[in-house]
Amino acid sequence: MIIGQAFAWVVDPTNYGGPDGVQARLWEHVWISLLAVLIASVIAVPIGYLIGHTGRARGLAIALSGGIRALPTLGVLTLFGLLLGVNLQAPLLALVILAVPSVLAGAYAGIESVEPVTVDAARAQGMTGWQILTRVEIPLGLPLLIGGIRAAVLQVVATATLAAYVGAGGLGGYVFLGLKTQDYAMMLGASILVIALAIAFEIVFSVLQRAVVPAGVAERSTRRHPGSRERTRTPLPEGTPS
Amino acid sequence: MNWVLSNLDTIWDDTVAHLAVAVPPIIISFLLSIPIGWLVVRLRRPGASRVSSGLGGAVVTVAGLLYAVPSLPLFIALPGIIGTGLQDPVNVVVGLTLYGLALMVRSTVDGLGSVDAATTSAATAMGYSGAQRFFRVDLPLAGPVLLAGLRVVAVSTISLTTVGAVLGIQSLGSLFTDGIGRNIPEEIVSGIVTVLVLAIVIDGLLVLLGRAVMPWTRKDTTAKRRARRVLQAAEATS
Repeated sequence: MIIGQAFAWVVDPTNYGGPDGVQARLWEHVWISLLAVLIASVIAVPIGYLIGHTGRARGLAIALSGGIRALPTLGVLTLFGLLLGVNLQAPLLALVILAVPSVLAGAYAGIESVEPVTVDAARAQGMTGWQILTRVEIPLGLPLLIGGIRAAVLQVVATATLAAYVGAGGLGGYVFLGLKTQDYAMMLGASILVIALAIAFEIVFSVLQRAVVPAGVAERSTRRHPGSRERTRTPLPEGTPS
Repeated sequence: MNWVLSNLDTIWDDTVAHLAVAVPPIIISFLLSIPIGWLVVRLRRPGASRVSSGLGGAVVTVAGLLYAVPSLPLFIALPGIIGTGLQDPVNVVVGLTLYGLALMVRSTVDGLGSVDAATTSAATAMGYSGAQRFFRVDLPLAGPVLLAGLRVVAVSTISLTTVGAVLGIQSLGSLFTDGIGRNIPEEIVSGIVTVLVLAIVIDGLLVLLGRAVMPWTRKDTTAKRRARRVLQAAEATS
């Protein structure tokens, strides 16, 4: 059974050690993915907060996060690979670009989801604009920001697999080596590892997303009884398949 | 630009191959999501047993986890599960249908679940049978939410279809793999542009289709737009 052979490849200890071993490649995959999302966050979070807080350029944030779905990741990767040469910077830059819209949408939607009444109340208490942003809007918007980062991480973990096509390492390297040498068990084994990695990230981030809900909000939502007003739907930055 | 003009037939062939792979998953996942969404809403209706609503919740959770699965590994794993060849377009069709379902089931559940209970009671009181009520009341009212979901599915499916090219399955993605192999940036750019144009065209067609089958939403959007304008005016003057 081919699936059995693939799992045998995954657990085979001879595949693990060394610079081309599963351990090194897995680490490389995680490292490049998280680095790309980190860089994207440094760029996108302040911009998203600015858009959310001022309410300006809203359309840009929405168009960007919608448009990213249509942009073929393989096209971006190959174009960067061709223009910048086959090295690590090209795929990293492509991954950052692909991660920015999700993070931006999360940061923006987080601020946007805060009810105007809450912001007014904060202002009435004498808070300055900066205080409203840092003490009210950011904490309340944190779950949606984490949601955006979660979508970005999924996108990047998936795309990093494809990035091996233009010379980046990571688990995708096994996929394309297997494709060249007709070693389907290796391709499938590596695919199983990528899927497991993506689902592990998904679980970690969904736990994190719940953990950052401010205590006051969490308490209020558990106390809600049947018949009370349904929570208003916030534009949650959903992940799309990547 | 020269490359594009002298290779229009290649782009056309790839576009046709692309649509042949991308369109069936969009239609199949839409059609399948309606009975699944109906079932989930039924399982989770108020007063249902714990087991039943748990089962309904499980369907939504599984669908949600599915889109966490990266596409290339899925396209590689599917032949091992359904027994097709690695370069068979059927893999991509099945994989994209699964992704479509993952997004669409959620929309149908949201859409059908948002129908006001008073409305369905009124329909029942007027003598509609279960099936009549579903097709004439629930489904049309859920329509705008279904359309929103379908648009997301269509656009992401068209973009994802290109991934199959690295395994040798022809699509507009072949322009990317060929372009990097032969060092022609124009070829890659033309592939990206064609995918974007295709996504915009299909999205536009879906919007028009939505207006044709749900004429009442046209009125609704103008009402909404007016409301938005009123709000913005109030905001500006305050």
